[in-house]
Amino acid sequence: MKTSELGKNFNDGEAIIRQGDAGDVMYEILDGQVEVRQEREGEEVRLAVLDKGDFFGEMAIFEREKRSATVRAQGEVRVLTIDKKILLRRISEDPSLALRILERMSHRIREMDNELVRMRTEK
Amino acid sequence: MLNLDENSRVAVIGAGPAGTFFSYFLFSMAERVGINAKLDIFESRDFTKPGPPGCNMCGGIISESLVQTLATEGINLPSTVIQRGIDSYVLHMDVGSVKIETPLQEKRIGAVYRGAGPQGIQDAQWDSFDDFLLKLAKEKGANLVSGRVEEILWEDGRPAVKVRGGEPRLYDLLVVAVGVNTATLELFQDLDIKYDPPETTKTFICEYALGKEKIEEYLGSSMHTYLLKIPRLEFAAMIPKGEYATVCMLGKKIDKELAQSFLNSPEMKRCLPPDWDSQQEVCRCMPKINIKGSTRPFGDRLIFVGDCGISRLYKDGIGAAYKTAKAAATTVVFSGISEDALEHHFWPKLQKLERDNRIGKMIFSSVGLFQSFPFARRAILRMVSKEQQNKGMPQRMSTSLWDLFTGSASYREVLIRMAHPFFISRLVWNVMIELWPFRPRKKEKECHENE
Repeated sequence: MKTSELGKNFNDGEAIIRQGDAGDVMYEILDGQVEVRQEREGEEVRLAVLDKGDFFGEMAIFEREKRSATVRAQGEVRVLTIDKKILLRRISEDPSLALRILERMSHRIREMDNELVRMRTEK
Repeated sequence: MLNLDENSRVAVIGAGPAGTFFSYFLFSMAERVGINAKLDIFESRDFTKPGPPGCNMCGGIISESLVQTLATEGINLPSTVIQRGIDSYVLHMDVGSVKIETPLQEKRIGAVYRGAGPQGIQDAQWDSFDDFLLKLAKEKGANLVSGRVEEILWEDGRPAVKVRGGEPRLYDLLVVAVGVNTATLELFQDLDIKYDPPETTKTFICEYALGKEKIEEYLGSSMHTYLLKIPRLEFAAMIPKGEYATVCMLGKKIDKELAQSFLNSPEMKRCLPPDWDSQQEVCRCMPKINIKGSTRPFGDRLIFVGDCGISRLYKDGIGAAYKTAKAAATTVVFSGISEDALEHHFWPKLQKLERDNRIGKMIFSSVGLFQSFPFARRAILRMVSKEQQNKGMPQRMSTSLWDLFTGSASYREVLIRMAHPFFISRLVWNVMIELWPFRPRKKEKECHENE
C-alpha cells in the first residue's frame, strides 16, 4: 500500500466481511473490485461484483441483523471503513447524507426486480 | 418569499473548501429538485501554483470523520491529493512520548496540501486539495471567474460583484467563503448589513524538507502532537507529507519568539534527524484562525460560510467548512434565500458548532491546567501507555486524546467521555500512583517515533 493512500488493502480472495458475522461498519471501495457471495444449504451463489466508488455492508448500519453475505476481494482491493456510530450521528445532523445510500439501495431493488421478472418469465 | 428558481444566478466569493463544497452541494440538491441553477465562483488564487500564490495557509489535515463523511457522499480523495495516510499519532510531553493507534489500524486521516506545496517546488508530484474540490464543483456546473473581487454593491435589493477591471455582475444570492486572511472581508464593512467578522488569533505554520526516507524513518504514518509546558502554546503538531513535514502551532498570540522556543524544545528535536536545523524551513506563515464566530453570518440573499462565518475551534476547519457550506446549500434549495429562511434552517446548525466551541475552550483550558503539574503529565502518559499495551482494556484516555487532537469527534463528545466516572477514577488512580513516594521511577523513553 502506498504511503499516500487512505483505507486498508485486501488481497485476492481475502474475505472483507463474512456471512453470519455481526457487523457495525460499512465499506466504500476506493480501488479494485469485490465479489458478493451468499451461502445457502451448502451452496455458494454469486450475487454481485462491485467496483470502485460502490459500497457494501450498509445493511448492518440500518438493521441489527447478521451479515447477509460474504464479500471477498477480487484481485487487490482497497476499502475505507465507515463506522456505524459516526455515520448515524452525521445522518441525524444532516439527513441528506443518506440520499446517496438510498439512491444506491433503490438502484439495487430495481436490479433485483428486473432479475425476478427475468427468472419468472424464463419459467 | 425568496427562493431559487430556474433563472437564479448565484455568486460564490472564494474557491477554498467552503466555497467549492457549497457549489458542489448546491448543484447536487438543485439537480434532485429539478432546478437548473447558474453559479459563478470568484477566486484570485491559482491552487496549482506552489507557495503563497496557491496556498490557503492551513495545516492540511482531513479528519477521520470528514474522510468517512466525504466517502459516504461519494467523494473519495485520490492518492495524488493525499500526501500521507495517517493511522496513528504520537503524543509527546516532557515526561516522555507514546504512540496511539486506532483499533482498526487503518489510514483514515489524510494529510494534504491546500495548494501545490511549499515555496520553491519546481515539479510538484501531487495535486492540490483545493484544486481537487474546485474541479468537482466545475464538473457539477460551476463557472470559475479568475480575478480579485474589488467591490460589492447592492442594487435594488440584489447583490452585485465587481472584479478588478470588470463590470459589476448582478446576482440573486451572494455566498461569501473567503476565510479570515483576506482583505475581501473589508468590502462588507460599508454595506448596510448586520454581519460582523469573527474574532481571530494568529497561528504559526512552517514546512521542512526532510526527504521521503527521513519522513518514513522519523515520522512514519503518525501525526506527532505536542503537549508542552510553553506559555501561550495550547497545542502543536508535526504532520508528515510526502517529502516534507508541516509544523503547526496553536495558542494565544503566537509570535516568532514562542515559535522558536517550541522548535528548539528537546521534545521537538528528539523526533527529527540530528542534523535538522529549525532555521532551515522552506516555507513559513502566520495565518489567522477563527476563534469566535460571526454573530450574524447571513442576511437576505447573503450567506457567509466557512472561516468568515463560524468554524471549529483549533481543529477540523475543513470539516467545519463542509458542514456550514452543506447546511447553506440545503437551506437555499429547500427553504429559500431570505434572512428568515436562513435564520430558521441555517443558523441553528452554526449555533450548534459555536456552542461546541465553547465546550472546546473549556476542555483546552482544563487540559492546560492539568498538564501544568509534572505528576499529572506522567499520569496521562502512564494511562495511555497502559491502554496501548493492553488493547483489550477500554481505551478511555487514548480515544479522548485521539478525538481531541485529530478533531474526529465534537468537543461535546470528548467532554462526555472525559466526564465518565470510569475515566475519572482511572485517571485519579494513575495520579495517585505517580504521587506515591515509594514508586520505583523508570527512565522514560526518549522517542517512540515510527516503531
